[in-house]
Amino acid sequence: MSDSTAIAHSPHDAPEHGHEEHPAYLRHHFENVEQQADAAGFAMWLFLLTEVMFFGGLFTAYLIYRNWYYPAFVAASHQLDIFWGTLNTLLLISSSFTMAMGVWCAETRKKQGLVLCLVLTFILGIGFLGIKTIEYKEKIEKHHVPGFHYSLNSFLNPDTDEAAVKAGDKPLPLDMARHTEVYFSLYFAMTGMHALHMIIGIAILGFMIFRAQAGAYTAGHVTFVENFGLYWHFVDIVWIFLFPLLYLISRHANT
Amino acid sequence: MSATIVSLPDQSTARIPKVNFLTKENGLLSWLLTGDHKRIAVLYLISLTFFFFIGGALAGLIRLELLTPQTDLMATDTYNKVFTMHGVIMVFFFLVPSVPATLGNFLIPLMLGAKDLALPKVNLLSWYLYVAGGILAIYTMATGGVDTGWTFTTPLSTHYVNTNVLTTGLAVFIAGFSSIFTGLNFIVTIHKMRCPGMTWFRMPLFVWAHYAASILMVLGTPVVAIAIVLVALERTIGIGVFDPTKGGDPLLFQHLFWFYSHPAVYIMILPGMGVISETISTFSRKRVFGYTAVAFSSVAIAVFGFFVWAHHMFIMGISNYAVLVFSLLTMLVAVPSAIKIFNWTFTLYKGSITFETPMLYTFGFMGLFTIGGLTGVFLGTSGTDIHLTETYFIVAHFHFVMVGGMLMAFLAGIHFWWPKMTGRMYPEKISQLAAVVTFIGFNFTFFPQFILGTLGMPRRYASYPPEFQVLNVFSTAGATILGVGYLLPILYLTWSLKYGEIAGNNPWQATGLEWQTQSPPLTENFLVTPIMDHEAYDYEWLENQKEKEVASVG
Repeated sequence: MSDSTAIAHSPHDAPEHGHEEHPAYLRHHFENVEQQADAAGFAMWLFLLTEVMFFGGLFTAYLIYRNWYYPAFVAASHQLDIFWGTLNTLLLISSSFTMAMGVWCAETRKKQGLVLCLVLTFILGIGFLGIKTIEYKEKIEKHHVPGFHYSLNSFLNPDTDEAAVKAGDKPLPLDMARHTEVYFSLYFAMTGMHALHMIIGIAILGFMIFRAQAGAYTAGHVTFVENFGLYWHFVDIVWIFLFPLLYLISRHANT
Repeated sequence: MSATIVSLPDQSTARIPKVNFLTKENGLLSWLLTGDHKRIAVLYLISLTFFFFIGGALAGLIRLELLTPQTDLMATDTYNKVFTMHGVIMVFFFLVPSVPATLGNFLIPLMLGAKDLALPKVNLLSWYLYVAGGILAIYTMATGGVDTGWTFTTPLSTHYVNTNVLTTGLAVFIAGFSSIFTGLNFIVTIHKMRCPGMTWFRMPLFVWAHYAASILMVLGTPVVAIAIVLVALERTIGIGVFDPTKGGDPLLFQHLFWFYSHPAVYIMILPGMGVISETISTFSRKRVFGYTAVAFSSVAIAVFGFFVWAHHMFIMGISNYAVLVFSLLTMLVAVPSAIKIFNWTFTLYKGSITFETPMLYTFGFMGLFTIGGLTGVFLGTSGTDIHLTETYFIVAHFHFVMVGGMLMAFLAGIHFWWPKMTGRMYPEKISQLAAVVTFIGFNFTFFPQFILGTLGMPRRYASYPPEFQVLNVFSTAGATILGVGYLLPILYLTWSLKYGEIAGNNPWQATGLEWQTQSPPLTENFLVTPIMDHEAYDYEWLENQKEKEVASVG
């Protein structure tokens, strides 16, 4: 911060300078507010690009194994509860809406509205994680978590499994049934990485609610809210891809 | 070697400017909480040097073990750990951040006429991540090490070894984020922070090279991050993405890993090429021949670099058609590298060449990188690759590119910009000696390894048949010379901090904007935002500028 005082003493002939008072949030190395906002937004998009590559590795793995072990992926996807999945999708889309409203409130300097939107987004995010916990718990109970305790029962004897009966699954050969573990490996890796992003997002939201109450984002400097909004929408979009890939696309295929 | 372009101010009257980025604020905290790209570059330089010497010490141990055919210095397990940690530290904690995080950090805003990188806090964060990753890596070394090789190949890393794969993976993961943030910062800065008149094709080629490398950092690193996460999940909770007993495919790990780690070699070499473009122009007193071609060849290397990763896997069981395609693509990436070498050579043609230390290192780079690059073509050809892969030929090849190429470029850059960073010259004679010693030591160390490789000596073994001993003794002797070559700069550069001659603004008569401001620069780089009204490497502009100065002073 002491840098910004130094700049005030040095002579400035550049046309952008000297005419108007700088807002306090203009960091010393930018010429003007537009340049600063531009740079921050561009940086956020680049960061999201790295996130795309990060999840891209997982999607690649999903694509390959789905092609190799199609019957296993179909049978395993029947084990997911479409009700919870749909509800979670709704929660997340709503949270994206409240977040977008929050950005709008910040831009139009509506402090109460911003705080309300952030709180709503926070609650919806927590709700998503809560439902995810219910789903994970079910997987643990049915021994569908990959690793030492993984059980093939639902795929070798689908008659004994409620979800498999409902989907009309036939028993898989042992060789193929074992590959359901790859599906659940990817399920946990993908939804787990997504949930981790949610947790980070919710933590930042909590911090933002405090700052918003202090009026930090409704005084014209909205870059942080905008960039966080982009992050939140990105996490939402990842789920928009995960939901059909993991829950939906094999719904009506029979093995 | 009597001719020189060095022009220093009168030493009896010259002083280091009282106010500069080093003296602006004092105290440890002013460094640890700084947002100044130049200070962060200095922090990086110190920590990088530390890791380089740890990695170097491990290399010394490897060469000492290989002095004799038997495994006498250390147990084979220990040897595995030593070469693994050498690779991990040198790749992730030295080579990847070397030029970008130090010279790039210091120079890109100066070269663009900006006051700082676009995101100073992110820049500082990237240094902290680097240090955190580095400390974790050293911790893993102290608590038992890791022996998978720096490639963490599955299923070895997931099932068969019980060493610190997790913590090392985490260290690499963290360092990866540091690299992502550096690259991201550079791209944003280059797009948004250029001074008036600084069009894309007036940027120094150093900046172009960093732009290309940054693209690779931003797009490649997250992929290795997810690969490491999956390895970690496989080791901890036992998911089966890479586990063949569960239907996973270990080859997928290699695809994900090399999707980053092949572009990573361009992350390492491209910034080095940027340094060479600057030094070759300055010490030939000529604009870089084919500026546009050199600029685009950097981008071309970055783009092609993403489509050649499977040439690391020719013998791993990928299909013959994949081998064919990746072999062809590998040949393709040699083209932009060759464009650079040829253009630099044409820059030398009819130039007024002088042989200051940075130029000596530059010549070292050009020779060694060419050999390293050409042997890469041997390895990109699947027929010869099947014979040569996993032998010392590979080891020699990538050390020629990484050590002979990148480290030479790094040292060229450090010497070239040392007067700018510190305000003082390094001692010329002894540094020329160091450059020559490094070159000789390097060739003694790694040239025999090409021969060892073609004779069939496999890499990654602590022992070898006695008939290979002569060449190995050569190699170890060379490594000793090389060690001296690297120790010398540490000594005399430290010495020069206090006793070096005052450099003045522009000791090399170079054209870049970074030379048109005081050395060491002010915290805000320029008193007045510069306006770029000429092409890059325009020596006539520099002459006119000097005449104007004389006229106004006179």
